[in-house]
Amino acid sequence: MTTIAASDSWFKRTTRSIHIPPVYFFLIFTFLVSGLLDQIYSDGQIFSNPAIMLNIIVRSVALGIVAVGQTLVILGASIDLSVAFTISITAVMSSYLMQGDTAKVPMAILAVFGIGLVIGLANGLTITKLKVNPFIATLGVSLIIKGIINATFSNYTGSVPKSFEFFGYGTIGLLPVSIIILLLVYIAGWFLLARTKFGAHLYGVGGNSEVARLSGVRTDRVLIGAHIICSMTAVLAGIFLVSQMRSGAPWVGPNGLYDLNSIATAVIGGTALSGGKGGVWGTLAGVLIFGILDTTFNQLGINPYLKMVLRGAIIVLAVASYTLRSKKEAA
Amino acid sequence: MIEADEKNTAENILVTEPLMEVLNISKRFPGVVALDDVSLQFLPGEVHAIVGENGAGKSTLMKIVAGAYTPDAGEVYLSGNKVSFAHPVEAQQKGISIIYQEFNLLPERTVAHNIFLGRESSKMGTLDVRKMNKDAVEVLKDLGVDKMISPTSQVSSLSVAEQQLLEIAKAISFKAKVLIMDEPTAALTYTEVDLLVNLIDRLKQKGMAIIFISHRLKEVFDIAEKITVLKDGKLIKTVIKKDVTPADVVFLMVGRALDHYFPPLGSVEEFGDVVLRVENASNQILKDINFELRKGEVLGVAGLQGSGRTELAQSLFGVMPFKSGKMELHGKAIAVKTPSRAIKNRMGFVTEDRKSEGLTPRQPIRDNILLTVRSVRPLLGLIFKDGVGSSRKLVPMLGQQVDIRTDSFDRETQFLSGGNQQKVVLAKWLASDADVFIFDEPTRGIDVESKAGIHDMIRALTKKGTAVLMISSELPEIIGMSDRVLVMADHRIAGELPARSSEQEIMLMATGHTNDKTAEKTVTVEEE
Amino acid sequence: MATTTYTPPGGVFNSLHNAWVGIKKIPPVYPVFFLIFIVLGFLNPVKYQSMNGIMTFLRTGAPLAVLAVGQMFVLASGGFDLTVGAIVTFVVLVSSKLLANDPANAFPAIMIMLGSGVLIGLVNGLVVSYLKVPSFITTLGMMLLVRGAALYYVGGAPQGYLTENWRAFGRNFFENVPVFGRVPYALLVLIGVAILSYFLFNRTNFGKQILAIGDNVRASQLSGVRVRLVRVITFIFCAVLAIIGGILFGGFGGVNVTIGEGLEMQSIAACVVGGVLLGGGKGSVLNVIFGAFTLQAIVNLLNLLGLPKPYTDVVQGLIIIGAVAYVGLSSQRKR
Repeated sequence: MTTIAASDSWFKRTTRSIHIPPVYFFLIFTFLVSGLLDQIYSDGQIFSNPAIMLNIIVRSVALGIVAVGQTLVILGASIDLSVAFTISITAVMSSYLMQGDTAKVPMAILAVFGIGLVIGLANGLTITKLKVNPFIATLGVSLIIKGIINATFSNYTGSVPKSFEFFGYGTIGLLPVSIIILLLVYIAGWFLLARTKFGAHLYGVGGNSEVARLSGVRTDRVLIGAHIICSMTAVLAGIFLVSQMRSGAPWVGPNGLYDLNSIATAVIGGTALSGGKGGVWGTLAGVLIFGILDTTFNQLGINPYLKMVLRGAIIVLAVASYTLRSKKEAA
Repeated sequence: MIEADEKNTAENILVTEPLMEVLNISKRFPGVVALDDVSLQFLPGEVHAIVGENGAGKSTLMKIVAGAYTPDAGEVYLSGNKVSFAHPVEAQQKGISIIYQEFNLLPERTVAHNIFLGRESSKMGTLDVRKMNKDAVEVLKDLGVDKMISPTSQVSSLSVAEQQLLEIAKAISFKAKVLIMDEPTAALTYTEVDLLVNLIDRLKQKGMAIIFISHRLKEVFDIAEKITVLKDGKLIKTVIKKDVTPADVVFLMVGRALDHYFPPLGSVEEFGDVVLRVENASNQILKDINFELRKGEVLGVAGLQGSGRTELAQSLFGVMPFKSGKMELHGKAIAVKTPSRAIKNRMGFVTEDRKSEGLTPRQPIRDNILLTVRSVRPLLGLIFKDGVGSSRKLVPMLGQQVDIRTDSFDRETQFLSGGNQQKVVLAKWLASDADVFIFDEPTRGIDVESKAGIHDMIRALTKKGTAVLMISSELPEIIGMSDRVLVMADHRIAGELPARSSEQEIMLMATGHTNDKTAEKTVTVEEE
Repeated sequence: MATTTYTPPGGVFNSLHNAWVGIKKIPPVYPVFFLIFIVLGFLNPVKYQSMNGIMTFLRTGAPLAVLAVGQMFVLASGGFDLTVGAIVTFVVLVSSKLLANDPANAFPAIMIMLGSGVLIGLVNGLVVSYLKVPSFITTLGMMLLVRGAALYYVGGAPQGYLTENWRAFGRNFFENVPVFGRVPYALLVLIGVAILSYFLFNRTNFGKQILAIGDNVRASQLSGVRVRLVRVITFIFCAVLAIIGGILFGGFGGVNVTIGEGLEMQSIAACVVGGVLLGGGKGSVLNVIFGAFTLQAIVNLLNLLGLPKPYTDVVQGLIIIGAVAYVGLSSQRKR
């Protein structure tokens, strides 16, 4: 292992300590194979049309944002299966509150972030104080959210003012706003993990919570914090989606498979389900891989139900590609 | 009375100021008195060992001192001031550090991150990684290991010994005045133990009080100056090492003299035919394994940690099968590819860690004992409450044979004592009618009295004609129990030695393949 | 001496004490169930205090109970099976097309369904055992796959209706039965499943090995348990039982695209209420069946009280969390 002396310059240290997560090679591989299939079976736009490439990234923004939150939670050896319905309730509530009126936008945004806070808190407290298994806890919470949504809304509700669409469709210069936001979220995520005490403590809690506890880390608080941040990213993703759709519908979250996909992309990106290992940049590659696959399916004109089948298989195989290497028996 | 000066060293026998003192400490847990009115003094610059059987209260006492438990009664004094801790971190900040047997490290993080977990340096709200790394180097320098360990290495890339050093470094970084170690030598090889001893000397020079808990009397006598014996939560006696022998200490621990530590070895007439023969066997870890095991004998397997002993057991038992070579059981050539196959061929494997590898804790004793029997029978095979048909009497019979103390065989094994649990595991293998037993560290973590019981049981097995392969890191156990000794080194069999070989001969063979200078040094020291 | 002797105090106090100890040992699911059922009987005597009404209730609750029993096998081995809901959807949708509105196709259709169940369970088991993907994620992904496959096969909407004879299992009654009046087919199916499952779980080596795996995989391996084989079979068993449950659900409710939704959570909830530890190592067929009945009773109660469907989702989420928390916290106190 190359040793880095503490006295080396910042530049030297940062560049030498950047190791490219192996998943990026897989990303390039996927891109090439997809492009090839597209050339052969379709009109070859993946390679020839730069707009398509940009489009791949833009379609991945919502998932990308939520995946950051999920990465954090998984790093803490937990998991969040409520993100899909959090996105739904955000989409519906924000649209409902805005009622197409620009003046109402700030209030609506505040309200949905408040809801996200409550959801994250509920998840975190259930797991840490009630000691419920994270799968069950977040699944239970998602059921509750689902019930609340269905009890109040059944279809598209309210509307988003045109000015708000800037978020989803606007561009600054040549770059779409959405991509800028995506990058900002990832940089924020990286910063949180690598350069704050919270991040260091989160790795501790996920790696070995007893060790962290004995070292004085407030493990419960850290985990609750991770869950709150995760729910907030889900809210952000929901806001983004609704700005594109102009009106929120209850099925937005589950239909987009945000729960499963965010987990799968984090795992492919190298974040271990057992916690304490991984990071956001790997997740980004995972998100892009899924984006490419999605676009390829569309280019190849695959039946939407068959897409479901393929997606299910890909998610399982994606996780399998990592778990295969471990020697322990899974449960 | 000689007044102590600032820098106390072990040479000052009469020192007035204890660095730490515990007075009248008592602690109860539901149904059990862990500590009963224990008072002790710990002097600076001195190594003080705490010994006693399992359940004597050693760990409890240390945990109280380190802030992990609060006592029901009694006080703790540090440098004359009364202290009480609500959390281990408080104890650490006051200068009391404890290193547990299972390392408290995060393998995926760097050395620096591990040392400063929970108290990371920050600059303007963000992590100051540069300072952390620099500070880590300082800490490691303090210990003299800054050349060995780099602050930016990932802990998972360090060896076991280096990790332990890191643990000690972590403790020191808290400006520890009292260092407590729980079984510090358990995971170390002989050369690494020397490193540790040198380190402890260094710490003594600094005036630290060192306390360690151990079951290994040899190490206790090598390292400690004072020895305190606890029994059933009470303080029996504190003795000065120079004035006693290990036998004296054992007497204090168990309350009676153990006239022989080990049952007598087998005699040549008792050894039967070769029951297990391995020829030129290899797999991804082991190379060219050749040996024979005869009925009625105990074949000891010695070697440094990492020499491949446990892997040998795993390969024989089908957990990590051999890829080439020949294996013959009862004269028949077989390939043991799974534990199931091994069991069907009447092999048994009593693993090192009975809790995580030997028992199903939430199942009743009965089901634990019958698991090996049931696993090799057809899946749809019928069972009745007391066992399969003819096995109905099996559980009570075996329970008596291995002397399990319980009021019911329906009790879940998680509620049994450590000694009883080990007996359940043994009964499990007896149930499967094994006639080749592999024991991996059979008495690790077991108190002195139960140790003797297990040794007796192993010998009783061989008297019945069972063949035993016994892996052990405790040379006295190897020497005391083996009719022959296989020595392993570097994932090979380094050689074979007869019964009653000396520790030196065994160690020589175990280190013979390395060019390690420190190994040579160890041998010279032994000769003194 | 292997046993210790306990001399009890004498008299009335002694027998009361023994009775209390015995009562404490009763799994909580039974008093809870009977309590809720009594409340139901109070609110709607016609339905819940008559033999007829009870039989109807049992017909409604039987399908979930079948699902719960299958789920229990997987939970006891330390895993989760989230495909059971999708399997029910699969059964209903695919059968609607297979039957082609012709009763003669019922038997072959059922056979094909059972075969599919074996296949699905096999895939689940193989992925968990050989690819080492945690069962939660495996079955979550398979849930998608199975639902997608079903929808693909029928092109997004049901292709026919479910024939009378096919629906008989879930819907019909045996009439003029002495004492009980009408007995639902579904109850008999449940009883058959229960007997078989009890036998497998409590009276075969298979069952004991499931518990061992759920309790301590490593120790089981080293004791010769063929972990992978046993795991695969539990998933197959669970999937096949889900198919049977699906036939009962479809028989009772008819064709419906959303029929399977949420059933996986309900089956897990039924098991938790029935005292199954989510980490594995414990289980009881009868308790789990009553856990399912309890859930059904709660749903009925909520309906009776006028609470619309979405709120039952909320209640269910709370029950699941509550039940798991209760079990988790109380076992912590014991230590």
